[in-house]
Amino acid sequence: MTTRLMQGNEAVSWGALAAGCRFYAGYPITPSTEIAEMLSRELPKIGGKFIQMEDEIGSLAAVIGASVGGLKSMTATSGPGFSLMQEHIGYAAMTEIPCVIVDVQRLGPSTGSPTSASQGDVMQARWGSHGDYPIIALSPTTVPQAFDLTVAAFNISEHYRTPVILLLDEVIGHMRERVTLPDFSTVTRVERMGTDVPPEWYRPYGDSISDVPPMANFGSGYRYHITGLYHDQMGYPTQRLDEIDPWIQRVHRKIERNLNNIIMTEEYGLSSANTVVIAYGATARSARHAVKLARQRRHKVGMLTLLTIWPFAEEAICKIAQTTKRFVVPEMNLGQAALEVERLVGKNRVVRVNRANGEMVTPQMILQAIEGR
Amino acid sequence: MSREQHSAHNYLRPTKKFPNVWCPGCGIGIVMGSLIRAVDHLGLEKDNVALISGIGCTGRMPVYTDFNTMHTTHGRALAFATGLKLARPEMEVIVVMGDGDALAIGGNHFIHAARRNMDITAIVVNNNIYGMTGGQYSPTTPLDSRATTAPYGNIEPPMPIADLAAAAGASYVARTTVYHAVEMDRYIEQAVSKKGFSMIEVVSYCHTTYGRINKLGSAVDMMRALKENSVSLTAAEKLPPEEREKKVVRGVLRNIDKPGYVELYDKVIAKAQGG
Repeated sequence: MTTRLMQGNEAVSWGALAAGCRFYAGYPITPSTEIAEMLSRELPKIGGKFIQMEDEIGSLAAVIGASVGGLKSMTATSGPGFSLMQEHIGYAAMTEIPCVIVDVQRLGPSTGSPTSASQGDVMQARWGSHGDYPIIALSPTTVPQAFDLTVAAFNISEHYRTPVILLLDEVIGHMRERVTLPDFSTVTRVERMGTDVPPEWYRPYGDSISDVPPMANFGSGYRYHITGLYHDQMGYPTQRLDEIDPWIQRVHRKIERNLNNIIMTEEYGLSSANTVVIAYGATARSARHAVKLARQRRHKVGMLTLLTIWPFAEEAICKIAQTTKRFVVPEMNLGQAALEVERLVGKNRVVRVNRANGEMVTPQMILQAIEGR
Repeated sequence: MSREQHSAHNYLRPTKKFPNVWCPGCGIGIVMGSLIRAVDHLGLEKDNVALISGIGCTGRMPVYTDFNTMHTTHGRALAFATGLKLARPEMEVIVVMGDGDALAIGGNHFIHAARRNMDITAIVVNNNIYGMTGGQYSPTTPLDSRATTAPYGNIEPPMPIADLAAAAGASYVARTTVYHAVEMDRYIEQAVSKKGFSMIEVVSYCHTTYGRINKLGSAVDMMRALKENSVSLTAAEKLPPEEREKKVVRGVLRNIDKPGYVELYDKVIAKAQGG
């Protein structure tokens, strides 16, 4: 166990190593590059592999390829690169190959402002690839949490055979805080469920009790087919409706039936609150301060921090909505998570606090919204 | 048992419904047969072979073969293969691509896989057209010929696939045609055995789209044209340059020994671990 001052990007790198990540492919992009630099140094020390690819499309492709080969794999990027990765996020969801994609959000659109903070990729994380697919996105509010949620991202990804997105913002990525790194051997690691049936019995996309089919790694004696086309239980392309329908239902079901294990939130002062602030990422830090100030002024304010952004914390928010009148949703964008809250509780009960110029939402901005000024 | 007598069925998936997606007379099946014969002759374990493809007619090849197979996204097969090779260096990773797949949308990955000398065998089936989408011009469509998106004739010069691979840094580069199947068997064997990046351009044809729109006749006619319009490297050297340009030159165009990426990265690991 060691305690030291480190950046969020560094904490993500250590978290990946602690979780068992042994492959990284990426392309340099501000403000995520420190992750690549650190893993290029650390991975070979433990026999892992690092490669700097020719672009972000190739980076996620290599990550998926390495994961099929049996290594826990990750890439990290920021807005423009995250846009390029969308096709392969869909591919990983379609083929159910575990991988972790870190997006250290910067101000967009386009090249935007590379060193400025943003939370502009929330909806892209959900809907960025074409078609309907389930996705999981986690977002830390502190540097120590960046470590913990990176470990969680790997564990969830391997457990459910799904891509997991870790949404940092530039503030969390570059800010330094004190982190106590555990002895990595004590960190809980989830390994993908393999198979030991005779190879001729193996169905790579077969039915299973958990809705997550066991995954055989390439080269392990189970020869099978992987494709981004709709496929049957053997992995072969299909256009049969009675094979497409069950597939799309199962991959959504494998996430939906486990929401309690996937959705992580922090609650504060909800019981007597008539106003609740819902925040995530660096903005949650401003929100915490604003809530504290408001409570000192005897306002009945609570707070819900979203550590899991996708799937959205619908159940928790609907429950709070039974006893709370107003919701304040501060974000470093023009209103993305707010759309979800509005969908759940009604637009007239939601006050948006938005800032999309590269600067943080301040506690004062949130306090004003809480006080209705 | 001689190679000719050996049944390809040992390498085809009994559980996959045939027939395949390719048009009758297509050259891609010949490449698949050649690949299987090469793997068989080399005595590779099926468990130890990965066949990876992108999108297009050629991209459909892996599903029929009884290897570890992956049908990836358009143009990105080499990038997927790069990750798999690094995770499983002991596996033979073979990538099959069409000309559009490998050189238009996938051009960047093609150049960089060659530059890194990544230990992958790439087979590019060049039929001069986007076949699956119905005959649009590709990076290798000859000048002045027609395609559904070049109704007035193609004004873009074709990409020299083999030159590109060699210039970018591949260890092994060869070119043959689907007519010369025995030669293709030999080249694939050499390519798979080679350290580093090896690339074989297999010139094929698409009678369904390219042949039809350019009035080049049936599959048989186009196969015959391949036979007549191609020359070996040694024969090509005797031709005047203006004659040579019109021919498909077959042969091993580059075959050098240098360390592949996997070997070089093993040294990185040794260095990082203080060795």
